[in-house]
Amino acid sequence: MNGFLPFLAAGWMLLVALYGMVTSRNLVHTVGCLAVAQSSTYVMLLGAGYRRGGTAPVFSDTAPGSRPVVDPVVQALALTDVVVGATVTALLLALTLQLRKRHGTVDPQALTGLKG
Amino acid sequence: MQASALLPLAVAVPLLGAALLAVIGRRLPRVGCDVLATATAGATVCCLVLLLGAGGTGRATAHLGGWPADIGIVLVADPVGAGLALLAAVLVLAVIVYSWRYFDEPSGQHAGVFPALILLFEAGMTGFALTGDLFNAFVFFELMGTAAYALTGHHVEDRRPLHGALTFAIVNSLAAYCSLLGIAMLYARTGQLNLALAGRSLATGHGGVPVTVAFVLISTALLVKAAVVPFHFWLPDAHAVAPTPVCMLMSGVMVELGVYGTARVYWTVFAGPGGVPPHAFRTVFTALGVITALVGAVMCWHQRHLKRLLAFSTISHVGLFVTGVALLTPAGVTGTALYVAGHGCAKAALFGLTGVLLDRYGSVDEYGLHGRARGLRLVGVLYAVGGLALAGLPPFGTGLGKAVAEEAAGTWQPWLPAVFVLVSAVTGAAVLRAAARVFLGAGPRPQPRPHEPETTGEGEEPEIRSPRRALPATMPTVSALLLLLSLLVGTAPGLAVALGRGGERFTDRQGYLAAVTGTAEPALRGAAEHTWTGSGIALGLLSAALACLLAAAAVRLRAPAGFSRVVASAVTPLRRLHSGLVGDYVAWLTVGVAALCAAFAALR
Repeated sequence: MNGFLPFLAAGWMLLVALYGMVTSRNLVHTVGCLAVAQSSTYVMLLGAGYRRGGTAPVFSDTAPGSRPVVDPVVQALALTDVVVGATVTALLLALTLQLRKRHGTVDPQALTGLKG
Repeated sequence: MQASALLPLAVAVPLLGAALLAVIGRRLPRVGCDVLATATAGATVCCLVLLLGAGGTGRATAHLGGWPADIGIVLVADPVGAGLALLAAVLVLAVIVYSWRYFDEPSGQHAGVFPALILLFEAGMTGFALTGDLFNAFVFFELMGTAAYALTGHHVEDRRPLHGALTFAIVNSLAAYCSLLGIAMLYARTGQLNLALAGRSLATGHGGVPVTVAFVLISTALLVKAAVVPFHFWLPDAHAVAPTPVCMLMSGVMVELGVYGTARVYWTVFAGPGGVPPHAFRTVFTALGVITALVGAVMCWHQRHLKRLLAFSTISHVGLFVTGVALLTPAGVTGTALYVAGHGCAKAALFGLTGVLLDRYGSVDEYGLHGRARGLRLVGVLYAVGGLALAGLPPFGTGLGKAVAEEAAGTWQPWLPAVFVLVSAVTGAAVLRAAARVFLGAGPRPQPRPHEPETTGEGEEPEIRSPRRALPATMPTVSALLLLLSLLVGTAPGLAVALGRGGERFTDRQGYLAAVTGTAEPALRGAAEHTWTGSGIALGLLSAALACLLAAAAVRLRAPAGFSRVVASAVTPLRRLHSGLVGDYVAWLTVGVAALCAAFAALR
């Protein structure tokens, strides 16, 4: 059961984020929810690479093979993921700022120019 | 040069060009930026042509940094992947030449940003088409996404581009994170990120729910990018507001990369034992494809905003591509590849011509432009030719691709060719109808329907500073050349043969695995010859004739009131679903993922 826990946690975080995005009335909040959705991927990635009793995969003070380490690949992936997420969040917040400046609203439900 | 050296260059050259433009663009004169961007795009095209030449109809691989496949990242070029990268590079070159004099802005501090973003976009697309690694594909996917979001919101002064870009970015990024969850689940099961090795590792297991869920999650981002119903809502909004050159790229090749990604991931990872059973994939994706094609065609027919019209026509063609790929046969892949190449060129040309209208009249509204473009005779002729190409008129590449895919689909389900003919006829007819009204002033001026949910194409922010200057010669020229390319796809003798072998390679799991691990590739079975057949030509002519008839009827005839009411009561709810609200689109995405999971669970 313990092995499934990170997966369940990640799934729950994704659902929370989805709920927030569907009902959001403020674009900054929407972008925040998107960041929550992204955080679920960190949990999932790190959960996938966890080894019971493992330590950090840094071999400056431990000899390779002397004790179990957690999977370094997923940590690299999570790091890349952070970079990607920072880019996207920054871009989205910049667009939101611009929208507020030009049009005085950040309510996604007030944007009705495109339909049909 | 060797293929293994050319492969990374296809990604590195545009990245380098983008970095250069971003850094020194503001110090260069306008001409300098144009020359640098064009040279970079040209070099990428040359690089990919050489790569296709060196690789022939086999596979070329590059192990980056010399690391083996289970540790490092492998780039793989087979005819379909490298061909799609080449299509992206050709369209980028066309777009850069097209926009030479299109924007007088941006200037000052931001000079060079637009071409730099286009090149970044190109790097993402070629990288995505050539990578053999799942996480690397995610990174390239996000690179191309981020560049596309920024380009869509290029006109930050206007409200609608901001709206369209936000919707596009939020929906696509959310889908990308779903995909990353799927990648993590797959990694947890297999311990591999390389496509081929993950597939080999899955084959030793027994499948089950986690594998199915992982496949659905990974597909989510690809289906959102491919704008498959119900993941398609962002696409018409983004296309309506993006600058025309960006639309040319998004509709011409970015959306198709989503279909390519789905097919690649399925074939290399999930097609074997322990994956997702082929009958389930075939059923689910054919259903998705047919629904997408029909919804796209209906929505396309009811648009008056020309860019939205073309955007829905893209959705509808994507439905046909998904159907072609879902057949899981080499012929289906070959037909789809030809169709994508022909469609990409023709659709980019049509967007380019719409850009001419926007440049001249500051509007892309079919009703508002009624009869106003009588003076642009050449553009009108090209527009009509583009409409016919979209309808699949032989000998355009769209016609050949449609014929091959149709034949492959007909051998499995005899009714599928009817969908191909109907959908290409309706989308072609919508373009022809618009051309007849705008360039000939044919028929009575349509009355606006203020009570209906629709987006007009009027009051567009002009994409240029001074509307009184002469039309840049590159705009119609590039569009004409793209139409010629679409014609060449259908008539060049070697292309169909090469893509025929490409289809065999694409569907050959063992060969892909062997190429990635560096063992000897098994010999290729004799590839079937795909060329024009009598029935293919007949069906192509049929759909083109149907398109002409439909367009003429729409322009000339008045539908009886009862008929219009029935159609409106059926279509208006569908149009209301396209609400432009990002919350609704996220809800549809969730519904789509849940429905896919349920469908695969039911068919296991």
